Amino acid sequence: MLTGLRQQVGNFPGVTVEKKSGTLKTPNGKYELIDFPGTYSLVGHSLDEQIVQNVLSDPSNQDFPDAILYVADSANIERNLLFFSQLYDLGLPCILALNMWDRAKRKNLKIDIEKLQQTFPKAKILTSNARVSLGKSRIMEAIDQLDELAIENLNFNEYSIQFNALCQYENTEQKLTHLRQLGLVSALNKFSSTSRKIDSILVHPIYGYLIFAFLLLTIFQFIFSFASIPMDFIDAQFVRLSAWGASVLPEGLLSNLITQGLIPGIGGVLVFVPQIAILFLFISLLEESGYLSRVVFIMDRLMRPFGLNGKSVVPLLSSVACAIPGIMSARTITDRKERLTTIFVAPFMSCSARIPVYTLLINLVIEPTYIWGFLSLQGLVLFGLYTLGIVFALGTAYLMKIFIKRKNQGFHLMELPEYKKPSLENVLLNVIEKVKIFVLDAGKIIIAISILLWGLATFGPSSRENELLKLHRSESFQNASEQQRQESEKALMLSNSYIGHFGRWMEPAISPLGYDWKIGVALLCSFAAREVFVGSLATIYAVGDEDQNQKRLIEKLKVERNPEGRLIYNLATGLSLLIFYVFAMQCMATLAVVRRETKSWRWPLIQLFYMGVVAYLMSLLTYQLLS
Amino acid sequence: MSITLDAVLLHQIVEIKAISDSTLSLKLLEMGLTKGQKIKAVFKAPFGDPIAYELNGNLISMRKEEAQQIQVAIA
Repeated sequence: MLTGLRQQVGNFPGVTVEKKSGTLKTPNGKYELIDFPGTYSLVGHSLDEQIVQNVLSDPSNQDFPDAILYVADSANIERNLLFFSQLYDLGLPCILALNMWDRAKRKNLKIDIEKLQQTFPKAKILTSNARVSLGKSRIMEAIDQLDELAIENLNFNEYSIQFNALCQYENTEQKLTHLRQLGLVSALNKFSSTSRKIDSILVHPIYGYLIFAFLLLTIFQFIFSFASIPMDFIDAQFVRLSAWGASVLPEGLLSNLITQGLIPGIGGVLVFVPQIAILFLFISLLEESGYLSRVVFIMDRLMRPFGLNGKSVVPLLSSVACAIPGIMSARTITDRKERLTTIFVAPFMSCSARIPVYTLLINLVIEPTYIWGFLSLQGLVLFGLYTLGIVFALGTAYLMKIFIKRKNQGFHLMELPEYKKPSLENVLLNVIEKVKIFVLDAGKIIIAISILLWGLATFGPSSRENELLKLHRSESFQNASEQQRQESEKALMLSNSYIGHFGRWMEPAISPLGYDWKIGVALLCSFAAREVFVGSLATIYAVGDEDQNQKRLIEKLKVERNPEGRLIYNLATGLSLLIFYVFAMQCMATLAVVRRETKSWRWPLIQLFYMGVVAYLMSLLTYQLLS
Repeated sequence: MSITLDAVLLHQIVEIKAISDSTLSLKLLEMGLTKGQKIKAVFKAPFGDPIAYELNGNLISMRKEEAQQIQVAIA
């Protein structure tokens, strides 16, 4: 409310994992406001609380405040006052804003402000309602009147002693008892009976799961089908932009870099925006309304055997649409180990980018027959691939539970807030923030890798020129149509690029899986994104990669033989490739997001390695068993 | 008669007597749960775990193993 930069009310735990700051301008000056994670006390248990503890316990910390603005939830005043009294006793200048004043009133809760002022004589106390931007001027006025001398008079030695004392259990308990005796709050706080009625349906053993399944299906429907409309639009615009760039820019390396490396790279980032926006629109709505905590409540027991908790459900299931928003939504998990586990296993869930690869390969090697007359064999294989992904996600989580020791035991106390109407403004702010994080932070890495891949696929050793000359002289080329000439030129350029050579070089490593170097090249190219696999194959086999050509591609692949005359795309190779795509981390955007979310390259690299090894071994097993 | 919080019947109001895990007790304290407070189990998740408790007008979800750390007496 004050800086335009806003956090959600911490109903769903762990909302604020990082601190944020913004500038506030008042008539008398400019202040920097630092927003700290939502916490209940000075003693750090979770990551959030430790951030607060670290800053406040160390006066030399760059974020150490000159004054504290404490925004309390009036409807939960007792608990909030406990933390406030701890802060007050530190001796820093304090402002206490009694927020959500309207909700406290509605609950018939009376807070004795006069008594409150007597209890905390040095604090400035005021009321506000951030959801409707009420009380902003009062807060600004209070900030302007802050006593600047107070901070200078603070004795830091005494401060540290005081800080440590406040962290003791006995101290906290005494404080709470003291606050209760003061009788600051009248009327017994009662949990809303409407919320109770809604709960009796939403956590019901049958209806509860049915409603959750229905909501999930709706969200998927939106992410799968409706997101494709803006996604195709973005895609088409960037293709047009590339073409336009190619037509106006002078021919040359720099223009190529812009039109084939940079523009598609930016397009490759923006194309994910609709999915991210839609997922977080739903998640924020559910979170704001209070429903998400109920999902956690009914799913917790089911996820626990795998070392996950109820909060892992949303990230994992969202990953069936796309792992990127899924991984970003794992932020709500407070326990560090459970959050890491969720992020780590999420890419095993088959995402929508695997669908083009699955359909191409299934059409190629699985007969379109029906079992018992109605069960499509192709559909069954597709179902099997999805199941395999889920099994390995949960299995990996289980392994991590056994092998990674946790530092401190996590507790799962969680508040189930009363249901309330979501604030549209909060929801939209959250969506915009998630999109921003992805585009600005992960986007940089994605663009860098896509330019690198472009370079490797575009440039090649000088021997390529000779190959091109040979092709030009060949009889078949002379007799070919203009389109066929272009396609075979493109195929030759790619197969003789650095990526092409690398694919040939690694052929011995992938031939036990049933792949030749051409598949190897397509695998390497599709590291940018899985769906690129189809396009790369089309380029290598010189069929052009427009959609209507997929039939042509399938026909061509069906008759493709290796030097010994055996069919390359037989059942064994096809299934081995399908298995490879179930497991391999073929998505740089996901890696970039994992890096963003875990703040180091360590986890994405372990993930890349682990998923690669699993993919290799499982494909090897598949091919060797079937051939 | 002293029992642990996980064994309490639904809608029965009980009083908290002791909390055996010290980290947990601090955490609970911050949510306003101290010795002598009244607490009531309101509903359970489909597999009987976790359990939702009401205290001070707030609804708190707690896993069974956490509730086992809390000794209560029927008020």
